[in-house]
Amino acid sequence: MKVGVVVFPGSNCDRDMYHVLSDVFDLDAQYYWHEKGLPKNIDAVVLPGGFSYGDRLRAGVIAAHSPIIKDVQKMAKQGIPILGVCNGFQILVEAGLLPGVLLKNESLNFMCEWTNLIVENNTTPFTNQFKLHDKIPIPIANGEGRYYVDDDTLKELKKKNQIVFRYSEVVNGSTDRIAGVCNEDGNVVGMMPHPERAVESEINPIDNKPSSLIFESLLTKTGVHN
Amino acid sequence: MSLESQELSDLKSKIGREPTSTELQIVAAEWSEHCSYKSSKKHLKMLPMTGPLVIKEKGYDSGVLDVGDGYVVTAHIESHNHPSAVEPYGGAATGVGGVIRDILSAGTRPIAIFDGLRFGNIEKDQQARWLFKNAVTGIADYGNCLGIPTIGGEVEFDECYQNYALVDVAAVGFGKKENLIKNHAKKGDLVILLGGSTGRDGIGGSQFASDSLESEDRSAVQIPDPFIEKLIIEAILEARNEKLIHAMKDLGGGGLSCAISETADALDIGIEMDVEKVHTRESDMHPDEIMVSESQERMLIVTSKIKLKKLQIICKKFHIGCSVIGHVKFDNYMHIKKGKKTFANLPTDVVANATLLDLPSKKPVYLDTIEKEKKLKPITDYSKLMMKFLASPNIASKIWVYGQYDHEVGIRTVTKPGRDASVLRLDNGKFLSAKIDGNPKHCYINPREGAIGCFEEACRNVVCTGAKPIGMLDHLQFGSPKDPEIFWTFLESLKGLTDFAKFFKIPCVGGKVSLYNETPAGPIKPTPVIGVLGLIDKKPSIPQKISDNDCLVIIGDTKDELGGSEYFEYVHKFIGGKCPVVNFEDSKKNMFSVLKVINDSLVKSAHDCSKGGLAVAVSEMCMTNQIGCKVSLEKVPGEKLSVDRILFSESHSRYLLALERKNLKKLESILKKNNVSFKEIGEFGGYRIQFTNSAKSIIDLRVDKAQKTWLNSLRDLVLHG
Repeated sequence: MKVGVVVFPGSNCDRDMYHVLSDVFDLDAQYYWHEKGLPKNIDAVVLPGGFSYGDRLRAGVIAAHSPIIKDVQKMAKQGIPILGVCNGFQILVEAGLLPGVLLKNESLNFMCEWTNLIVENNTTPFTNQFKLHDKIPIPIANGEGRYYVDDDTLKELKKKNQIVFRYSEVVNGSTDRIAGVCNEDGNVVGMMPHPERAVESEINPIDNKPSSLIFESLLTKTGVHN
Repeated sequence: MSLESQELSDLKSKIGREPTSTELQIVAAEWSEHCSYKSSKKHLKMLPMTGPLVIKEKGYDSGVLDVGDGYVVTAHIESHNHPSAVEPYGGAATGVGGVIRDILSAGTRPIAIFDGLRFGNIEKDQQARWLFKNAVTGIADYGNCLGIPTIGGEVEFDECYQNYALVDVAAVGFGKKENLIKNHAKKGDLVILLGGSTGRDGIGGSQFASDSLESEDRSAVQIPDPFIEKLIIEAILEARNEKLIHAMKDLGGGGLSCAISETADALDIGIEMDVEKVHTRESDMHPDEIMVSESQERMLIVTSKIKLKKLQIICKKFHIGCSVIGHVKFDNYMHIKKGKKTFANLPTDVVANATLLDLPSKKPVYLDTIEKEKKLKPITDYSKLMMKFLASPNIASKIWVYGQYDHEVGIRTVTKPGRDASVLRLDNGKFLSAKIDGNPKHCYINPREGAIGCFEEACRNVVCTGAKPIGMLDHLQFGSPKDPEIFWTFLESLKGLTDFAKFFKIPCVGGKVSLYNETPAGPIKPTPVIGVLGLIDKKPSIPQKISDNDCLVIIGDTKDELGGSEYFEYVHKFIGGKCPVVNFEDSKKNMFSVLKVINDSLVKSAHDCSKGGLAVAVSEMCMTNQIGCKVSLEKVPGEKLSVDRILFSESHSRYLLALERKNLKKLESILKKNNVSFKEIGEFGGYRIQFTNSAKSIIDLRVDKAQKTWLNSLRDLVLHG
């Protein structure tokens, strides 16, 4: 199975994501530079974290206008699994593929710490191996990570089952403790925490199995595992 | 600022004519203390710089260590003190940028950043708080954007840094040995300036940093742009992979003047360059300004005409500037032109090698009486004192600082910040541990023993992760070398470090000297900061969680050494007494015994005893593991001392080990065999930190309460004063 890792100027988790996809989960991962297009035969796309364009103007907003985003939008419509992590999530939001916005953390500081996620939707291509309300120990690392939607949108999100992950406790002041959401079809998922930093036992001080299920879910969805 | 009259006449006699204004600017930058090390260079040679793992190449800005299997680790340390004292955000950020480019220059990818920060008394001084807060943000914004984890460091506050700041940044790189840049130049090679544009920032920065800080010369401070730095890193590593680089040097202090003259001198070549070819931020820059601008995020590259095309394609991909500014000649001159007109034409060895000084030194008078102790006020409530101590800025957890740094990116961080030292995994299955340590309070009282202590503390921290020290970085920060008393303290520290390095066969792989750290209020205390790199061959077995009934063993003697301790200075407001002295033989025995028992998987956790002494070290173990501990002070090995001295002495070579009771016998037999002074002094369990002396309760704290205070007090102090 082929997974595209999209690289923007300033992406800095691209190599980590590539390592996890290819070395830990044995997938055929490829880098795609933002100025190029994505090939048609790709099975999933990941937008990794980092500081695309140095977070200028607003995190993710410049990258959302990259040529490659047109292909990402096309694939989103086709139902291909797309995952945005951290800056990747910010880009998906800015590209209009996911609802909401990401604001500065309540502390106004960059925050790097381990936290816990609760799985709220286990039907997406990245969560189908979880039981509802499973807990995932995982690190966050962001300055603009506070997910925000207004009350009406929040109602919509709940109704359409678009909240994928919540923090187990208040971390950065995000609306309804939301840490990750999906589009209405469920194939596009964005999350602020970094699953690629949590899947190897060597660097995960708590438990690496839960976050591994994010990638196992993708393998199952695309028929690599069943 | 310009050359001193003696230097000017030196220059005239060396070149046999009057220098042009551009030449004066170039030479003043390059002969500044910051770039030339003219006061210290003669003496720095005493440090051992070779060893079986050290790889030496000409023109490297960082040290290179062979870590086996075809891989190398690079390391360097720098400071950005003057700029950070004026503009903490930009000063600290560009400090990170500079040292990262030194790592990149060798052809290795930067994989970790460490920062040592020092400010005035933040409890009293608003400005110190402002400097601290903004320096931390500067480092965070820069390092986080680059995607290089900041995994360690230290923060200290002392009155001697009032209106000033010490911002030290160390960086570590990693790469394949075969990818190291072997700096060389061939006939017809081109000289290329790659990266950000040259502007009017950082003009005269190196001279600014080579004098005491009296004015806030903002134009001497550089402006950071981490985004461009990130693009440069990726572009250069791509170019390295395609073997497009013959020689490379980062532009730091002294800007182009320094990079051109030092590259030419190191490679034994001449360089002719045209300032009109430099991509500038402003159109009307004078050649003098272009030559000494310290605009950041620039690299000088030497390569061939054929390889240039490929390099340009890479630079275009990343949208970074790539200007051919000159070419290599073989006349050993740096020839600076604007179009056809010559502005400077100097022999590179003259520019790159300032006349070295042999400054006089004299033992400071204050040292004659410093060891004399004053009578201390008796402590009535040690528990209350301990809570205050845990909340004090120097003892409190630095989580508010490292929590703002991305310390996970790169997915190498096995042991996270907040422990003795962080540990990174390397691609060859080995692990790298690193730590930087300083202690100006000790160094003020005894510059030699204090410096040795910093070195040993950094070693202890690395050893506590199970790593064997393999290399050292020294950063020597002092006041004006022209003051013989200050210069004496510099020499004493250097001699101490040299003796320890030689005894332990730990080579010095890189370093920096920063002098003139003074404000109108006076010089800083001697502040050597020592970085130690350690290597672990297999996945570290520690730290493991400490549980009920695990025992606590101390290694090393506790002595009457409280001079410069936090207890004397923070609690009793007394500067003086006898500073801790490292006994080399004991140090070695203890160090290797700790490594042995960690490698034999006998211990769950190891922690060094340092700032705040035994009381703080035990509390830290308890708070980190959220478990109580009962310690019997009368069992602590060493001199017979009063309770407060046992609790708070900062004697070196001491380690605390937590282990399962079933392993105690084995541990004891190893320690006995190695003739190490040790004792089981307590047992973990429950939820209270308790110190008793012959059954009498001395300290009794709840772990959760202590932990809350320890974790939050620094943040509260910064945010709410």
